Amino acid sequence: MLRTLAKSVRQYKWPSIFSAVCVLIEAAAETLIPFYMATMIDQGINAGRLSVIYQMGWLLLTLAAISLTAGVSASWISSYASAGFSKNLRQDMFYHVQDFAFADIDKFSTSSLITRMTTDVTNMQLAYQVLIRTAFRAPAVLIFSVIMAYTVNAEMATIFVVIIPILAVALWWIIKTAQPLFRQVFQAYDELNRVVSENLHGIRVVKTFDRETTEDQKFDRASTGIYNVFTKAMKLISLNAPLMQFVISVSMMLLFWFGARLIVFHGLTTGQLVSLFSYSLSILFSLMMFSMIFNQLTIADAAAERIVAVLKTTPSIQNDAADLKTVDNGAVVFDHVGFAYDGNPDHEVLHDINLTIQSGQFIGIIGATGAGKSSLVELIPRLYDVTEGTVSVAGHNVKDYDLTVLRNNVAMVLQGNTLFSGTIADNLRWGNPKATDEQIKHAAELAQADGFITTFPEQYNTELEQNANNVSGGQKQRIGIAQALLKSPQILIMDDSTSAVDTQTEASIRQALATKIPHTTKIIISQRVAAVQDADLIVMMENGTISQVGTHAQLMAANPAYQQLVQSQQYHEEGGQSIDTESSTKA
Amino acid sequence: MTQKAQPKHKLNWSTLRRLMRLIFKTYPLQLVISGICVALGAFATVAGSFFLRRLVDNYITPMLRERVPNFAPLIHALIIMGIIFLIGVVAVFLSTEIMAIVSQQLQRDIRNQLFQHMEKLPMRFFDSTDDGDTMSRYTNDVDTLRQLVSQSFPQLISAGLNWLFALAAMLILSWQMSMVSIGIFILSLFLVRWMTNESHKYFQGQQQAIGQIDSYVEETLTGQKEVKVFSHEAEVEHQFIQLNDAWGKAAAKANGYATMLFPMMGNIGNFLYVLVAVAGGFIAINRIAPLTLGTIAAFVQLSRSFSQPVAQISQQLNFIVQAMAGAERIFQLLDEPVEVDNGTITLVHVTQDPQGNLHETTDETPELAWKTPTASGTPKLTRLRGDITFDHVNFSYDGVHQTLFDISFQANQGQQVALVGETGAGKTTITNMLNRFYEIESGTITYDGINIVTIKKADLRRAMAIVLQQTNLFTDTVAGNIRYGRLSASTADVVNAAKLADADAFITQLPQQYETEIDGSNSNLSEGQRQLLSIARAAVADPPVMILDEATSNVDTNTERQIQGGMDNLMKNRTTLAIAHRLSTVFNSDLILVISAGRIIERGTHDQLMAEHGKYYELYTGKIDLK
Repeated sequence: MLRTLAKSVRQYKWPSIFSAVCVLIEAAAETLIPFYMATMIDQGINAGRLSVIYQMGWLLLTLAAISLTAGVSASWISSYASAGFSKNLRQDMFYHVQDFAFADIDKFSTSSLITRMTTDVTNMQLAYQVLIRTAFRAPAVLIFSVIMAYTVNAEMATIFVVIIPILAVALWWIIKTAQPLFRQVFQAYDELNRVVSENLHGIRVVKTFDRETTEDQKFDRASTGIYNVFTKAMKLISLNAPLMQFVISVSMMLLFWFGARLIVFHGLTTGQLVSLFSYSLSILFSLMMFSMIFNQLTIADAAAERIVAVLKTTPSIQNDAADLKTVDNGAVVFDHVGFAYDGNPDHEVLHDINLTIQSGQFIGIIGATGAGKSSLVELIPRLYDVTEGTVSVAGHNVKDYDLTVLRNNVAMVLQGNTLFSGTIADNLRWGNPKATDEQIKHAAELAQADGFITTFPEQYNTELEQNANNVSGGQKQRIGIAQALLKSPQILIMDDSTSAVDTQTEASIRQALATKIPHTTKIIISQRVAAVQDADLIVMMENGTISQVGTHAQLMAANPAYQQLVQSQQYHEEGGQSIDTESSTKA
Repeated sequence: MTQKAQPKHKLNWSTLRRLMRLIFKTYPLQLVISGICVALGAFATVAGSFFLRRLVDNYITPMLRERVPNFAPLIHALIIMGIIFLIGVVAVFLSTEIMAIVSQQLQRDIRNQLFQHMEKLPMRFFDSTDDGDTMSRYTNDVDTLRQLVSQSFPQLISAGLNWLFALAAMLILSWQMSMVSIGIFILSLFLVRWMTNESHKYFQGQQQAIGQIDSYVEETLTGQKEVKVFSHEAEVEHQFIQLNDAWGKAAAKANGYATMLFPMMGNIGNFLYVLVAVAGGFIAINRIAPLTLGTIAAFVQLSRSFSQPVAQISQQLNFIVQAMAGAERIFQLLDEPVEVDNGTITLVHVTQDPQGNLHETTDETPELAWKTPTASGTPKLTRLRGDITFDHVNFSYDGVHQTLFDISFQANQGQQVALVGETGAGKTTITNMLNRFYEIESGTITYDGINIVTIKKADLRRAMAIVLQQTNLFTDTVAGNIRYGRLSASTADVVNAAKLADADAFITQLPQQYETEIDGSNSNLSEGQRQLLSIARAAVADPPVMILDEATSNVDTNTERQIQGGMDNLMKNRTTLAIAHRLSTVFNSDLILVISAGRIIERGTHDQLMAEHGKYYELYTGKIDLK
């Protein structure tokens, strides 16, 4: 796990090291201060020699200045390095996710990926800073202080040798005992979240069946569950403070007693005693810091795991062994194609599809929701890979093409297409970044989009809001069609792309496609028979299989199912798909 | 996406006061004890440093002159000191443990309060609030509050007292040397202020940048298919780098200023340590003031615990300001007005005597009646039948844009009413009026001739059941989920309901059958099976009125058929209000209401409406586009 994360350090390696060096300098300078302070007290103040006081004063101030400079530098550099590290980490995740196939994204879900790229990365930022700063500081201060304490007075320093292990063991025991409890706390939180979430989603059910009281009880059980374990854990963790107070008190008492005895018997000076007090505090606080570091890293551990899970996911569609750089024509062949989103043959959404499409043909695909229409066409630009069989374009397996080349030649207007924030022109240029204004206008005209775009005050420079809320569904679809046309593709796929466009405009689009790009293969999915009745072939799909293939005339003559569909299916189908927006229940 | 709370810089005093009142009212004794203990702990710490003077001046120095040093007085003093230390340790122990417990109790109490309050909120709240945002109030916000109570407040008080006691001790030791400390202290106040301000400035930039990254990632992930279809990966990555770099710059500075606080304050402490010693030596040697060696030693030691609290206090104050945003969000939810319910009419079980008179009973008889309190004291009982009327009902969600206009219709016991129309026409809204998820603006709705406003909400809702498009189950067993419809249902009732809903077949295939545990949100059941369970749940409730929102989700044909069968069984002999998508439902309805833009534009049976050649005819023949 650490190796995967460490790859994101890159250009921040030296700043990280430099920060650690600064921390060491700071710790060294800081631990020297009490040592010279002893000299100042004994040989300056106690002996009444001002010159020594000044001399030592300057030395000490210099040390403090060094410590200050090094400490502040460490803060800055470690902040810079940790921000840089997490920036790299986020970038690596984003790049990696770009390579994901949809199956991979579905595995994590969009919201979870966002959390991983924001909250989790922020946790890593804090952890990294702790690692390059505090994790160096704590042992450095501990070791330096023990060494200096020995230098001052070896006899007295044995006090620390006795106390440090006791405190260390106690702190370790607290953490060790508390950790499994904290894991239980997280589980208890899951339970709580579940109850709240089920109530938020199912509030209509709760209210309809008047189950507020039972739900309150359920929630109380969950929150009491947290209370029980969390209290146990916190009571343990809270022992840290009194434990520290206790150890400090004991050390002070020991220092008072043995210090006084040694001074009286001339084995120690007052100044040295003062410096030992300083060291005792430094040592104890550095141990406390250890337990804090440990806590911090435990929190980061979960975040790190979630991040590494993303980074270690191998994209299920890989652009390797891709030699073919040109797509010669728009012929498509499905040969015994089976497909399941998760690759498990038991969950197939397409079974044994065989279909041959000639270059330049107009293919209509119709069928009920869930029949597998979108899944079928998404196999052509390799948005997904087949589970069984092969899909070929222009006589070659789609897997033999360079992915970018394939996708540039297979334009696809997606169902419920997304537009991005930016101007309309920006969005259209997705189809061709080098497109001239004329080309853009031409494509928009074909897609019957120029008309409404030119009524906007800013025309093609109209800014689209997030989710393109300032254009209607039909306008969005037409912009999507224009985008696809700008690619000048061999194959144009429209997945229910005119569902929100009125019938007349839809007819104009069909007309434009037929006359202006006659050699492009056109595959059009629609719920409306009218949209596909001029097709060279109409493919009827049902439950993941092709049930009928033929022209409108053939199907009308021979296929009762098609006839019935033409006559009666529309209310149901359209009523069916139109309801979705309302069912979200957000008024 | 949940809205990111902007980091606030100013402390919200009224929220803080409210929080303090809440805490003090609930746990007064614990807090007083804990407060005293915190003070004792701080006192013991300072007393330790202060004792250094007595140790040096009163014991060590005199003993140095004695030929045979007498350690007895020192032992005596050390015992007293030991007791003070012991009290300190016990005090710290008590205060941290008390606060650990109190903060957990507080956390549980606030959560329970939040939930109990939430359950009473009107549907409007749930429909207009982001779920993720509400969830985070239970977790993040309450957790922040817990940290505030268990850590920030005690640490703030402890650090403050530490500082105060140290100052007092310093002034007692030597006011001249104290001047050096106070001078440095004032200087450090300015420094801390400057650093926090700078940090805040960049912190806001950082939050803004992370917000932008958040929405950009969301946008590209939602439009991932577009990105791939157009091979737009490189452009997207380029734009991401820009946002990410902006974040990196702000984060480095924000964090830089924030983490600078501790080395800065720590080293100012070092400066103070040195300066105090130099000043002490200077004063003592030049005899400006009588300073003993012990005084200087103690003072030097105290100066260490004088600068540290400043950093701690500043850190905790920052946290408190941020935590108040969380507290505010909690109070905001607690202040949401609850559903109003002025109904007095209730639903009771009844028995019928041979004369046909109804009598209320506590037994779970199959017969139910409305119980209307009367002035005479003898309540009036009206048999529950299932007659529904809407009379000139108008409604608006926001008080500005009217959603329903003059809706009037009648559905008598056992009749089926189909609501037909395009998305957003107001079909669901009409059903929301009947169970009073929302309150109508004018007009009346009656149930068995009783104005539903006068019926207690819980009882009104008990008199009907809904099957929604979106199936919501709860984490429980299959039987538990069905029994949700009626808690008193026997096992036989549950099985019968499942059979009626055509769900029994798949349930008996499950590993533990009716006792199979299912997960509410993400179960091993298919969408279709979940729908069947929700039908069974409504069936076990067995009310005379049903509201059905027919689902149109992708289920296989076989399940689809089962669902239809279940729904049809459910409608039998019940007054039904169906938001219909299936032709069979529409065909068989006693009354079809065609809804458009909040109005009933056509009404009648299928044949009548077809003959009318109006909107229904067009819808049915597919002539118009529903979008």
